[in-house]
Amino acid sequence: MDGRLITAIVVLVGVPGALLGYIYLTEILLKFAPERARPRLRPWLWMLPALLFLFLFLIFPTILTILRSFQGALEGTFVGLDNYVWFFTSGDALISLRNSALWVVFLTIIAVGLGLLVAVLVDRVRYESFAKSVIFVPLAISMTAAGVIWRFMFDYQSPGQPQTGTLNGILSVFGLGPVSFLQVDTLALNTIFLIVVMAWMWTGFAMVILSAALKGISTELLEAGRVDGATEWQVFRGIVFPLLLPTVAVVSTTIVITALKAFDIVYVMTNGNFSTDVVASRMIKESFTFGNIGHGSALAVILLLAIIPIMALNISRFRAQEAIR
Amino acid sequence: MTAVPRAEQAVATQRRRAASPRWGRIGVHLTLVVLMVIWLLPTIGLLVNSLRSSGDIASSGWWTSLFPPTGLTLDNYSAVIQQGGLGDAFVNSLFITIPATIIPIFVAAFAAYAFSWMNFPGRNLLFVAVVGLLVVPLQTTFIPILQGFGQLGIAGDFLTVWLAHTGYGLPFAIYLLRNFMGSLPREVFESAYIDGASPVTAFIRLALPMSIPAIAALAIFQFLFIWNDLLVALIYLGAVRPENLPMTVVIANLVNSQGGGWELLGPAAFLSMALPLVVFFSLQRYFVRGITGGAVKG
Repeated sequence: MDGRLITAIVVLVGVPGALLGYIYLTEILLKFAPERARPRLRPWLWMLPALLFLFLFLIFPTILTILRSFQGALEGTFVGLDNYVWFFTSGDALISLRNSALWVVFLTIIAVGLGLLVAVLVDRVRYESFAKSVIFVPLAISMTAAGVIWRFMFDYQSPGQPQTGTLNGILSVFGLGPVSFLQVDTLALNTIFLIVVMAWMWTGFAMVILSAALKGISTELLEAGRVDGATEWQVFRGIVFPLLLPTVAVVSTTIVITALKAFDIVYVMTNGNFSTDVVASRMIKESFTFGNIGHGSALAVILLLAIIPIMALNISRFRAQEAIR
Repeated sequence: MTAVPRAEQAVATQRRRAASPRWGRIGVHLTLVVLMVIWLLPTIGLLVNSLRSSGDIASSGWWTSLFPPTGLTLDNYSAVIQQGGLGDAFVNSLFITIPATIIPIFVAAFAAYAFSWMNFPGRNLLFVAVVGLLVVPLQTTFIPILQGFGQLGIAGDFLTVWLAHTGYGLPFAIYLLRNFMGSLPREVFESAYIDGASPVTAFIRLALPMSIPAIAALAIFQFLFIWNDLLVALIYLGAVRPENLPMTVVIANLVNSQGGGWELLGPAAFLSMALPLVVFFSLQRYFVRGITGGAVKG
C-alpha cells in the first residue's frame, strides 16, 4: 500500500513535470539548430511524444498482428491463408461473424431509432432535461455494471419455481414463460437480448447528439410548414428528418464501430456461451483461452477489415468538413 | 450547439408545444414516461436486490421486497467493503485511472498545438492519419504489445496499462483538442509572438488556459473510459498480476463464477458506478459538450 502511495505521488507530480520539462528542453535544443531550420523542426519535436505512442501502441502492433495472422499457433510457422480458411469454414467462427453482423444492424437501428424518437418527443415537454438524464445516464457506467444490472433482468428459474428475474416476473403475471433469455439461441434471440443491453446504454448517446442538432433547426421553418397545413408527422418527415440526416449518419457510424468492438457485455453476461460470441470476443477466446494466436490474429485482422470502410467514410466526411473551415 | 438566447429558446419551445393537438400531447407524455420507466427499472431492480439477503435473492423477485415485510438490510454493502478483494480493486481502479488520464492530456495538448498553430509540410495529411487511427480495434494490438511488455519484464505492472491507455486514448484526445485549439482567435497568438513570446510561453500562458473547456471534456471522457474499461486491464494485468486488477475485472469474474457470492454483485456494481455517476452529474455540461463537440460541428 505505502509503495503504491509513493508511486502515485511520483506519477501525479512527476509526469506532468517531466512532460512540461520536455517542451522547455525542445526550445533549448532548438537554440543549437540554425535559425532557419527551427520553425521546421519545432512541430516535430512537439509531436514526437504523441507520434511515438501512436506508433508503438497502434501502428506497429497492428502491422505485427497482420503478419502474425499468416502464421500458425506456433510463431514462425508460415501457414499462408490457413487461419482465414479456418475462419470461413469453422462453425464457431462463422457464428461469431453472424452475431457481429446482428450487433451492427440491430444496435444501430434500436439506439439511433429510439434516440431519434426521444430527441423529438423530449423537445416538446417541460421535463426535458430530467428525461434526457434518465436516458443518458447508463452511458456513464461500465458495461460490466450494465451486465450485472441486466443479469437480474434476464434471470431465469426453472418452471414452477418463483421467478427472480424482472422480465420473467412480468411474464408470469400473464401466465407466460419462464424464458431462459440468455440461452435461447433459436433465431439468435439471446444475441438480440444482449444487444438490448448495449442499446440501453447507447440510446442516450444518439439522443444527445440528435437533440443538439434538432435545436439547431430554425423554428420559423417548422412554423412555415405548419401554417401551410402540414401535420406534425408531415413536418417531421418533410422538414426535420432530412435536416437531421447528416447527423443521423454521424451517429450511426459511431454506433456501428461500437457494435463491432463490443466485447464486455458478451464477456460478462454469457462469456460467449450458447452461440453468443462476437468476432471481438472470439478473438480473445482463441488467443488466450485456446492459445491459438494465429487464429486470434486472423480474427483481429477481420475485425480491422470490417472497420476500414467506416474509417474511410469518416475520413472523407472529415476532410469535407475541414474544407469548409 | 448554437448560442440561442435563453428567452428566445423558451419561446421557441412554447411554440412547438402549442402546435400539437391535445391527443397528440397525451401520446408524447405516455411514450416518454414508458421509456423512462423502462430505462430506470433495471437499475431499481438491482438497487433493491443489493439490499436483500442472499436467501431472498435466490428465492423471490426483488419486487416482493417493495411490500412489507421488506427484509431490507445493508449487510451486503458492509460485506463488500470489509471483504478485502473489492476494496483493493477500488484502489487499483483509481491507481490505474488517474495517471492514464493525465498523461495523454499533456501529450495530446503538445501535438494539438503543433497541429493548430505551427506550419509544416504534410500537416493536414498527418492529422487525417491520426483521426483514422480512432477506429483501430484494440484487438489488433494486444498480442504484440503483450509480448513486448514481457520482453521488457514489466508484464502485469500498472505502468503497462498507463502506457497502453495513453496510446489508445491519443487519437480522440488530439482530435478533440486540435478542433478546439484551432478555433481560438489567431490574433491572440500573433500579438503574443510580436511581443516576443516563445511558442512554449504562448502554449502555457495562452493556449492551455484558453482550452480549459475542451481539456475538461477530454479529462472526463478519458476518466470514464478507463474507469469503465474491462478489456485492456483484463489482457495486460489479468493473467500476470491478479492483485493489480481493477473493479471491472473483479466484478466480471464474480459474475462468471457460478459458486455464489451473487449477493455481493449488486453492492459491488454500485460501488463501481459511484464515481462515474458523481463525475457525470457534477460535470454533465462538459460531458455533453465533449460528445456534441466531437460529432456535430458548426
